[in-house]
Amino acid sequence: MTDDITTGLACNELVEIITDYLEGTLPEHDRARFDEHLLTCPGCREYVDEMRTTLRLSGRLAVESISPGARDELLRAFRRMKASSTGL
Amino acid sequence: MEGRTLVRDTDTELVERLRHGDEATFVGLIDTYSAPLLRLAVTFVQSPAVAEEVVQETWMAVVTGIGRFEGRSSVKTWLFKILTNKAKTRALRERRTISFSEFDPGNGDEPAVDHDRFLPADHPQWPGHWSNAPQPWSMGPEGTALDRETLAVLRRALEDLPRAQRVVVALRDVHGWPAADVCAALELTEANQRVLLHRGRSRLRGVLERYFSDAPTLPSPASGGGKLNDLPSPASGGGKGMCNAQSISDTKQEDQ
Repeated sequence: MTDDITTGLACNELVEIITDYLEGTLPEHDRARFDEHLLTCPGCREYVDEMRTTLRLSGRLAVESISPGARDELLRAFRRMKASSTGL
Repeated sequence: MEGRTLVRDTDTELVERLRHGDEATFVGLIDTYSAPLLRLAVTFVQSPAVAEEVVQETWMAVVTGIGRFEGRSSVKTWLFKILTNKAKTRALRERRTISFSEFDPGNGDEPAVDHDRFLPADHPQWPGHWSNAPQPWSMGPEGTALDRETLAVLRRALEDLPRAQRVVVALRDVHGWPAADVCAALELTEANQRVLLHRGRSRLRGVLERYFSDAPTLPSPASGGGKLNDLPSPASGGGKGMCNAQSISDTKQEDQ
């Protein structure tokens, strides 16, 4: 029983390959070891959950962009450019 | 998401429309890319105002230089390259020397989780297993004060990340860009992109973990200082320098 874990993935290894796991870039064999480890390890299941939560929360952070004034100015510049290249 | 369809539209067509003065195309571009460009710009220059100017200059260069776009890279990469050059020039003028090789994640070994959270390698039964396993987080439902506070903590943690990690995590997880786009825009290899993403995400998780484990279930502010002021800064390197208490303190706990 315990052999599965001691010969398989250790928790401190799992936390280092979790990004490859989530990115889908982990080789098949390692992916299987990862999944197998999760079956027997509540701590790592929690860890993976927390990582997913972190990503989800990051996706909710507000995105800052340029000010409306700056945007308008760009549009005006674009129109001027258009006028000068096609107008003459 | 819009960005992707915009680009998938083939860059040649897009550039062609820009050259013909198609305003909708230009608006689409600035609305899609200004935020990510700004995100990169702030890693080079001191103030948000200057960062916005750099983005502005970048767009002006697009307006005046669209005829020079050769189509050898994607429009996205082209934009980021223009921005990088302008931002570097500006940074030099500000006497801020930033080496772009900071995007190389190479140096040092930064564990995702402190070594002391695990049993030692010579442990007879559970080497490398958790000695202090992660505990479930008690999050507030979306829209509550607690939820807003959590987002504020995460935002601050993101801003405190080392610059390369910050840009990569922001583009991937905040802006939702696919890995390939981030690699192209920042001229990173896939492997480096992944290392930066991994370190950044791991740090953010760590900050949230500390935040949730410090959070009292029942708010009982015995003394003046709320828990937010005691937030530990991210494991290594992230000194108090960059972060300020203000951004956090305006999301006050409503319970009092």
